[in-house]
Amino acid sequence: MITAAVEEQQNYLNAGYGLKSWLLTKDHKRIALLYLATITFFFFIGGVFATLIRIELLSPHGNLVSSDTYNKLFTMHGVVMIFFFLIPSIPATLGNFFLPMMIGARDLAFPKLNLLSWYLLVIGGLFAIFAMVAGGVDTGWTFYTPYSTTYSNTWVVATALGIFIAGFSSILTGLNFIVTVHRMRAPGMTWFRMPLFVWAHYATAIIQVLGTPVLAVTIVLVAAERLLHLGIFDPARGGDPVLFQHLFWFYSHPAVYIMILPAMGVLSELVSVFSRKRIFGYSVVAFSSVAIAVLGFLVWGHHLFVSGMSLYAGMVFSFLSYFVAIPSAIKVFNWTATLYKGSISYATPMLYAFGFIGLFTIGGLTGLFVACLGIDVHVTDTYFVVAHFHYIMVGGAIMAYLGGLHYWWPKMTGRMYPEGWAKLSALVIFVGFNLTFFPQFILGYLGMPRRYHVYPDEFQVLHVLSTAGASVLAVGYMLPIVYFAWSLRYGKLAGSNPWKATGLEWTTASPPPPHNFDQIPVVTHEAYDYSAVIDEEVPVG
Amino acid sequence: MTGHIDSVKTYTTVWIALLILTAVTTTVAYVDLGPLNVVVALTIAAVKMLLVTLFFMHVRHSTKLTKLVISGATLWLAILIVLTLADYISRGWL
Repeated sequence: MITAAVEEQQNYLNAGYGLKSWLLTKDHKRIALLYLATITFFFFIGGVFATLIRIELLSPHGNLVSSDTYNKLFTMHGVVMIFFFLIPSIPATLGNFFLPMMIGARDLAFPKLNLLSWYLLVIGGLFAIFAMVAGGVDTGWTFYTPYSTTYSNTWVVATALGIFIAGFSSILTGLNFIVTVHRMRAPGMTWFRMPLFVWAHYATAIIQVLGTPVLAVTIVLVAAERLLHLGIFDPARGGDPVLFQHLFWFYSHPAVYIMILPAMGVLSELVSVFSRKRIFGYSVVAFSSVAIAVLGFLVWGHHLFVSGMSLYAGMVFSFLSYFVAIPSAIKVFNWTATLYKGSISYATPMLYAFGFIGLFTIGGLTGLFVACLGIDVHVTDTYFVVAHFHYIMVGGAIMAYLGGLHYWWPKMTGRMYPEGWAKLSALVIFVGFNLTFFPQFILGYLGMPRRYHVYPDEFQVLHVLSTAGASVLAVGYMLPIVYFAWSLRYGKLAGSNPWKATGLEWTTASPPPPHNFDQIPVVTHEAYDYSAVIDEEVPVG
Repeated sequence: MTGHIDSVKTYTTVWIALLILTAVTTTVAYVDLGPLNVVVALTIAAVKMLLVTLFFMHVRHSTKLTKLVISGATLWLAILIVLTLADYISRGWL
């Protein structure tokens, strides 16, 4: 009877059926699911490339693929994972779904623009897929010149065009978020009552809007030099290759914060709800997001320490890079302080949150190593750097993404995922991740260069460990796909607020009605006010 | 559309000013001022940019938020240029 009653209620999922109702939808929740399907697809494509890389590195002699193919594998792994998975991951799925709900809005400010953003990502992705199928690209995801403009005989322009188009998807999503936060907040939802998830997405949106156009311009210049032979980056034609690196990293370093800031927003939600406490130092955490967005634009030169950049500029960028660690550290300390004397429960999202805090701390601290001019000379272009940024992007961003997906899954689908399996997968992912990437720190410090598939025999043990870890990690990533799909039909009904959380998104039905709220809520409390629900227990499966 | 905000006379004056500045840029390009050539050209370009933004794009009459957005974007462009030049200018220092 209960099931029947719930099924009769209209929600965004049963509001319309058929392909057209999805492909022409203007509902931010449906668009979020379109994004979810798209980026999951790209995640597995990128995962296939990663798998091939790890299998190849089992042996020190490059037995499986040729050097040219290996170049293409790591390039396409990076391109797909960064531009078509990580950049859109949390903002376009969880952000799209929950940002309007968290501020009490019925949709984003520009619903049609939101749908256009998804189409742009798909069209950009199709160009990238075309490039892969046609023969691939081998420049590395960074497209360094003059190799990319003058020497590479692979599908550089097609891939770059795909990234160019997908970039506009990112810009429009950012624009939509900024306008939504400014204009669509419910009555009483003041800036300092907003959940930190919203603050984090606001800061992310600023980066998307201010940074991505520079990437677009850079890509156009690469295409102009490659197709029209203009001398912009190629020294043989009077250009300057380091100029490309300045322009590229002006976007691509802040892009790291496009990936990690939304993850930090998710973390604030998870840590708060599963310790039943207001986030310690709410306003400082909110401002630290904005500080990261601003300072993130001042540090790009640390990618150029050994590229012929001046020593003076190196010192400036090194100092500024240390500076950006401060707001990041503030967040980690404040989450930890929130746990203090909290009523902590260990549901799956919280396991991912713990994973994030530990792994992000390792990734962040090793970031200080590579921001140091002297140490960076030793570890540049080694596996130390590879391990560092995977600790941030996989250990940080993907852990938070999965944590957020588990946390909000009951709201998105109306059903609970199986808690036991979910905890197992969180554990498998944590173990698999560390086994994959921790050996890479050691490999890099010992001198194993990145982007090589033939290496000295003494590195094989660590590479085998890393590949073994990647196998475990792959199992960990497959499990949620299976049990999330299972839960859609067989999962326990969630109810509107299974975690007894305080956010506005939990005040409406699960799944939410097409326009989120039957009545626009009036906000009278700050976010994370757990004083009213502190005595209630969180049900853990 | 709300139509023009300033008078036709103002628009015409700004247009003529832009034409004169273009002529000055072209003329100065034929005079060897050493490193000052770039400085003069960029200064004139900046003035023209300001004229277009303030008058033709109506920013003069826009809200504070619009001015903030435009200033922010200009500041970000300045960051890109200044920190990139921090590299190029100082290469001979050490």
